[in-house]
Amino acid sequence: MIKQKNTSKRSDKKLKVSEKDLNDYYWAYFMIAPTIIGLIILNIWPLIQTIYLSFNRTGDFGINQWIGLDNYKQMLADPIVWQATLNTLKYTAISVPIGVILSLGIAVLLNSKIKGKTIYRTIYFLPMVSAPAAIAMVWRWLYSSDFGLINYLLSFVGVKGPNWLTNPKLALLSIVVVGIWSYLGYNMIILLAGLQEIPKSFYEAATIDGAGPIRQFFSITFPLISPTMFFVVITSMITGLQVFDLIFMMISKSNAVMESTQSLVYLFYNYSFVMNDKGYGSTIIVLLLAIILLITVIQLKLQKKWVHYE
Amino acid sequence: MKKSLKKIIAVALTSIVVMTTLVGCGSSKTTSDTSGKPVTLTYAIWDKNQQPGMQAIADSFHKLNPNITVKVQVTPWETYWTKMDAGASSGTLPDVFWMHSNNFTKYANGDMLMDLTDTIKNSKDVKMSNFPKSLVSLYTLEGKVYAMPKDYDTIALWYNKTMFDKKGIAYPDGTWDWNKYLEVAKKLTDPSKGVYGVVAPSDDQQGYYNFVYQNNGYILSPDKKKSGFSLAATKQAIQWNVDLSQKYKVSPTQQQFADTSFATYFESGKAAMGLFGSWMVSEFKANDYVSKNCDVAVIPHGKTKATIINGLANVVSSKTKYPVEALKFEDYLGTKAANILQAEKGAAIPAYIGTEQPFIDNTKQFNLKVYPEMLDYSVLFPNSATKAKWYEIQNNTMTKVYTGQLTVEQGCNIIDKQMNALLATEK
Repeated sequence: MIKQKNTSKRSDKKLKVSEKDLNDYYWAYFMIAPTIIGLIILNIWPLIQTIYLSFNRTGDFGINQWIGLDNYKQMLADPIVWQATLNTLKYTAISVPIGVILSLGIAVLLNSKIKGKTIYRTIYFLPMVSAPAAIAMVWRWLYSSDFGLINYLLSFVGVKGPNWLTNPKLALLSIVVVGIWSYLGYNMIILLAGLQEIPKSFYEAATIDGAGPIRQFFSITFPLISPTMFFVVITSMITGLQVFDLIFMMISKSNAVMESTQSLVYLFYNYSFVMNDKGYGSTIIVLLLAIILLITVIQLKLQKKWVHYE
Repeated sequence: MKKSLKKIIAVALTSIVVMTTLVGCGSSKTTSDTSGKPVTLTYAIWDKNQQPGMQAIADSFHKLNPNITVKVQVTPWETYWTKMDAGASSGTLPDVFWMHSNNFTKYANGDMLMDLTDTIKNSKDVKMSNFPKSLVSLYTLEGKVYAMPKDYDTIALWYNKTMFDKKGIAYPDGTWDWNKYLEVAKKLTDPSKGVYGVVAPSDDQQGYYNFVYQNNGYILSPDKKKSGFSLAATKQAIQWNVDLSQKYKVSPTQQQFADTSFATYFESGKAAMGLFGSWMVSEFKANDYVSKNCDVAVIPHGKTKATIINGLANVVSSKTKYPVEALKFEDYLGTKAANILQAEKGAAIPAYIGTEQPFIDNTKQFNLKVYPEMLDYSVLFPNSATKAKWYEIQNNTMTKVYTGQLTVEQGCNIIDKQMNALLATEK
């Protein structure tokens, strides 16, 4: 029966090429329709609406008034927005390099022949499975100046623990630590997959030629894992620039360090949902969009310099 | 054959997935029915501690009206108004819900609330004279009543009896003034043990607002057109309150409060006194330490007596699908019976004058009668149409004043300028 089907298909193919192609196209679009419709309704349309809102003065319950570039003029003169941009860039500039390098180091170590590899991999990945709210709550308690575990342990060695979350100079760094910690596992798994694609024969040849492990890392591992690294760096940067939940849950509204810690997304949330000024909030988030686009474009251009594709 | 079978299975699975997501999103639309067919109303609240009280009211209403079931939904305060705002914009507000004075003007002006004037006129049990005048005026706009007062809260002085006993100090007796308050606080502060006499956070309702009015200042002018932050009396009162933590060091600093809330300091015996609203009673009751060791007294007075009063109210959405049933429930919420139930469950001090006794009797370990006692000289928690915006500016600036980043003079001037600008935009 199959043989018959095949030949009939072949003859169909010869006679009605365009119809079959059309049929395939129809099925293809039909298959991707749910995802595309979801993307359009939940991502693209809200994006267009947000950009539209940034040119409006929003009133209560959806009554808006077009004001052109006024929101943008207000934003460019607003020192709080510039401080938040600085905070966001600082957070990303510290957490991404450290996070990616640490993940790479751990991935390399977990790729070698050590006992209990799987257990270590699971442990490092566990933070990704925990709810961000739970992580923030536990770390907040750990960081508590008077009653937290970290300062308590420090008191045993005679060191008076600093105010991790209430000292303006330290608060952002404390949050960076939690951010790096929670994403280590995710980046590690991706880098691990990239590492396992490197043929072992390269390392064997290098060992025969007398190359030490560090030389091997920089000459073999790093170039061959650069595509994966590139992906990890770009996604980490985009996630870092969008930091919100850690700040929202670890810095209370009555904390004086809020201004030196709040990120652009936090400002967006505060203006749009707490103060109900969705117009200005949208303007802020359009600024963040522009920053992310700019950084990503620069990264894509720099790609040619350091990413080694086969 | 195999290929088309795969296609059919793929289509079937996709449609099932799409349909289940759509079913999850959709809301069942049934029309309002007055002929006795079963109707379910949604009643939204934000305080988990008061849920048993609200449920008791819903159940007793159901006994009187078997065809109407009321579902009590709790959304935490932090996200309650975000949810209501979204519901208001999309026409999906709950049928009946709690209203706070901060947001009343916004919702009433935006036509989101049903006018209750006729319902109250035709009601058997409910009269506006049963409620404190200040609460009724809070929820009246242009002569029409849009909300049924539910409860009121005032601010009183809570103190730790055990700590007072250890130092041989007499308990607060309602005659204290600011000087006495500070004097006792100094006696009870012990830096070596990390214990403080009072908690003086940058909280407005449970903090400096009370002192401002006690000093004959104000936060918002009675005609709601001017900010009171430029008044010398206001600045003086705030300075005194800031000094408690900054100068006299009888209170933890604002920085410490950012790590550990001021209520926690009191609840763990690290602070001997604090000002707390009556809504904290259920939390304090459930706390073993506070239950055994603490009690409450009338708030200290300054040049005059004052305590901040605020009241919640129940409102009906103007776009509810069941107006008849919702108004019936709203009417019931204003009756003596419902208010007594509220008091019995210790939820809050009911607004219906004369029904406070069960609330007081319900909690024998605390001297709760001080809360209704202060009604005579209570001052309404100030609010206006743009409160959401000036409130945010006020809180952010005050946090900086309390940490010492800004002086009281600087902070008050900043708030005054921006608040007046916002008040000018209100019609």
